[in-house]
Amino acid sequence: MKLQRMNRRALALGALAVSGALALTACGSDETGSTGGSGGKQTNAANIKCDDAKGQLAASGSSAQKNAIDAWTKAYAQACQGVQVQYNPTGSGAGITAFLQGQTAFAGSDSALEPAEIEKSKKICKGGQAIDLPMVGGPIAVGYNVPGVDNLVLDAKTMADIFNDKIKTWDDPAIKKLNPDAKLPNTKVQAFHRSDESGTTDNFTKYLKGAAPDAWPHEPGKTWEAKGGQSANGSAGVSSQVKQTPGAISYFELSYADGIKTVDLKTEAKEPVKATVDNASKAIAEAKVTGKGKDLALDLNYKPQAEGAYPITLVTYEVVCDKGNKAETLATTKSFLNYISSEDGQQVLKDNDYAPIPDEIITKVRETVAGLS
Amino acid sequence: MDIATQTETAPPPPPPATTEQQRASRGATRPGDRIFLGLSRGSGIVLLVIMAAIAAFLTYRAALALSDNTGNFLTTFEWDANAIPPKFGIAVLAFGTVVSSIIALVIAVPVAVGIALFISHYAPRKLAVPIAYVIDLLAAVPSIVYGLWGALVVAPNLTGFYSWLDTVLGWTGIFEYQGGAPRSLMTVGILLAIMILPIITNVSREVFLQAPKMHEEAALALGATRWEVIRMSVLPFGRSGIISASMLGLGRALGETIAVATVLSPTFLISASLLDPGGGTFAQNIASKFNEASEYGRDALIASGLVLFLITLLVNGAARMIIARRKEYSGANA
Amino acid sequence: MSTTAPTAQAVTPDTLHAARLPRWTSPLVAIGSAAAAVGIGLAAGLHSRVQWGLIAAVLFVIASYVLATAVEGRRQAKDRFATSMIWVTFLLAVIPLASLIWETVERGSKVFSPYFLSHSMGVVADQDPGGGINHAIIGTLQQVALASLIAVPIGLLTAIYLVEYGRGKLAKAVTFFVDVMTGIPSIVAGLFVLSFWILILGFDFSGWAGAMALSILMMPVVVRSTEEMLKLVPNELREASLALGVPKWRTILKVVLPTAIGGITTGVMLAVARIAGETAPVLLLVWVNPFINTNPFDGAQGSLPLYIYQQYAAGSEASYDRAWAAALALIGFIMILNLVARGIARWKAPKTGR
Repeated sequence: MKLQRMNRRALALGALAVSGALALTACGSDETGSTGGSGGKQTNAANIKCDDAKGQLAASGSSAQKNAIDAWTKAYAQACQGVQVQYNPTGSGAGITAFLQGQTAFAGSDSALEPAEIEKSKKICKGGQAIDLPMVGGPIAVGYNVPGVDNLVLDAKTMADIFNDKIKTWDDPAIKKLNPDAKLPNTKVQAFHRSDESGTTDNFTKYLKGAAPDAWPHEPGKTWEAKGGQSANGSAGVSSQVKQTPGAISYFELSYADGIKTVDLKTEAKEPVKATVDNASKAIAEAKVTGKGKDLALDLNYKPQAEGAYPITLVTYEVVCDKGNKAETLATTKSFLNYISSEDGQQVLKDNDYAPIPDEIITKVRETVAGLS
Repeated sequence: MDIATQTETAPPPPPPATTEQQRASRGATRPGDRIFLGLSRGSGIVLLVIMAAIAAFLTYRAALALSDNTGNFLTTFEWDANAIPPKFGIAVLAFGTVVSSIIALVIAVPVAVGIALFISHYAPRKLAVPIAYVIDLLAAVPSIVYGLWGALVVAPNLTGFYSWLDTVLGWTGIFEYQGGAPRSLMTVGILLAIMILPIITNVSREVFLQAPKMHEEAALALGATRWEVIRMSVLPFGRSGIISASMLGLGRALGETIAVATVLSPTFLISASLLDPGGGTFAQNIASKFNEASEYGRDALIASGLVLFLITLLVNGAARMIIARRKEYSGANA
Repeated sequence: MSTTAPTAQAVTPDTLHAARLPRWTSPLVAIGSAAAAVGIGLAAGLHSRVQWGLIAAVLFVIASYVLATAVEGRRQAKDRFATSMIWVTFLLAVIPLASLIWETVERGSKVFSPYFLSHSMGVVADQDPGGGINHAIIGTLQQVALASLIAVPIGLLTAIYLVEYGRGKLAKAVTFFVDVMTGIPSIVAGLFVLSFWILILGFDFSGWAGAMALSILMMPVVVRSTEEMLKLVPNELREASLALGVPKWRTILKVVLPTAIGGITTGVMLAVARIAGETAPVLLLVWVNPFINTNPFDGAQGSLPLYIYQQYAAGSEASYDRAWAAALALIGFIMILNLVARGIARWKAPKTGR
């Protein structure tokens, strides 16, 4: 008897827990951005054309453009109620893989498609192929945490030596020579790199190799080839390590440099160049379109001639099919891409520490987006 | 590698027997038995089939990866599986996995045995039950939470301890500390120790509680102190239990993924000092390399996963054998 | 002060009891060594609390040993030493565990609120405050429930087969592969389902796909713990039941299972707790959906552990706060589950002799 009564109590307790959970889930609601959030970055939602956009839009890829996508999604969701853009910042390679397997509507990638990948894409894009659409540009800032040093100038060779474990302390003569006025401590240099494969690493090492080939013996690529140093996962990971660790230095997109001091680059130009959106735009403006047909892959110039151009830059492409996109998401994809390539969309980038794509190229992007099928 | 071939020889599933009418006739004992046996054997076979499928799949993919590797799988200090001639080796991963797990065991086993003894023989009765309960609960804390806590609370607080270790034991070379972020194998070991503590404690506590009361009382009657009782009658009885508990803990430490991935600063180098950031473990390497891996890179990661798999299997198997040897005790004090 | 009382006893060796330290010695020594450690720590300028704790522990052990050797003799001193070592290990273990819970509660309660529980992330950017975990709670609850629906029956029946029927090659193979299965890295299970369900069969990401991978991880845990519990059921019970002419299957259902139900429930709950915290397979199979999706069979969902991992990886202050609050919710969920399981286990357990 006693046992039974207690059973009933256990059951009641369980029922209570279950109904509690149900109540919790039943009255849940989606955050639409109209109530919560800081709302600091206002966008003009009126110009967004929703057309037939509806349902879920799954995409994945580069984490470099995550902050830009977040801002776009927010504005877009306010204009087009009922559309859910789900961008998964898994990394460029994973994004392309998922796209080529037909899992997502588009991929974000920091490097243009390889010929083999384009070949593979013909299976997914019926009657067409995958193309690169440059959407987001940005400077890769070199952030540091050296107590007492507010301005730091480095050139490509010194930077290569720092990341190659040749320069071990901050008061090294090579750094002193570039910064005669700074009070450099003898703190050990803690150079952080990305532990995951990344387009940011790719562009950063390409710069090092291009600008200081003698000091940087390693092959540029998505994987960090140099030995030694410390690592962390993702741009957010390395930037938070730089924040926590005295003597640290690392590279990440400018939008992650919140509260971190960044290095001014000594280039061919007279004055050291700061890592800013405008300076990066000057460098990106010298990029040339190398993609064939509708593909708009760019060739970045790591030794820009323009005065004040910041040479370590990154361009993120959205990868879609030119023909033969999935029918059920085509309208939504077009509408979203249309918005992010529009003037409003590109303006959002500037507010979030990214660089817009130069006018000449973005016009071509808009034409291509309009022709997607 | 022979897992796949072994599963092929598994007997084919018998036709599932689920006739409702047969079950309805309560008097007939044999049909009921047959159904029940069929059901339970059937689910055993389902499990076997799933497992065989996974094992075959893993071995197949791993074999694909190994055939194209230009490095030596066992000795190469690199993981370039996505490059066009792929080159990768598990030396660093094996080292990191073993070292961090050993650190975890060295820290966790004495402490866990201490807690187990505390619960079984030292704590006041009123305290022992809630403590045991709390330890049980901690075994259920998800590893992602341990990872979050390890990365944001433990690691930042270890710099002081590490500089101290460096001044006291730095001359050994093993405890040299360069002042970087404390995201080293040692930190991983400490975190793993905390994570496996509840498991080791639980299992050894069960064993200590099963120690024959008669022996203890006899020792006490002869005037032994409490410690002498434990040393002479409880610990000898529980030794194999402690060993198998440690093995189970080791098994968990070897395969831990997310917590290690959040705490470690992975590099493909073996450093003499445990306090230097760097190194990696099998599971961590899979988790952090997986996203960006090409199709071939994934196969390479699976090959490393297979190695982890075999190591874990060996450790778990050893633990099982030790437990099985003492089977005569189970059931005695249920 | 602490030496006056024992010396008074030590001069009368002709009593039956050997000289003993009074009961309040241990707490006093503990307080003393803690105070000394704080003093040393402050004087030497050691900032790490860990060091203070270690110094206090060492001081305590040494002080008790010296005191006991002086007053009670070597054997008793050894006993004291062991006792204090065991207390010290206990305290050493409690500190990190308490810190884990304390930090989670303290940092997590910053944004933990009904709003946080009842809203999804929606369009909130990583660096902005706001948002919630409703989508993740729904996702995790459904995925875990589905995984349990698959894994618990299979696991239970397999364990019954192994313990009650298992003889011969099949049982040996099953035992072996259950052991193998416990060693599967969770990401590999996810990978298996990914290539089988999504790539070969062509289904979309869904909570169901994640649940399948989770059930693979859950099965061996359920089998192993159930097996252990069934083995603990005394054979006399089975024999008595069979001797009364009860068929074997009824014996198992009515005698063996009820006897072991407490342990089995605990085992199942621990298995649930284990998979509720799994991140890697969910990342591969469930995708990420910052919006609420109540249908686990259609489209991407959220998940609590994945949410914690992503908010941690996002690396801003606001996202750290959300990660801690979600960790608090996850721990709370698992603790409640455990409490309920304990309750059921205790009420269901047949009364034993003790």
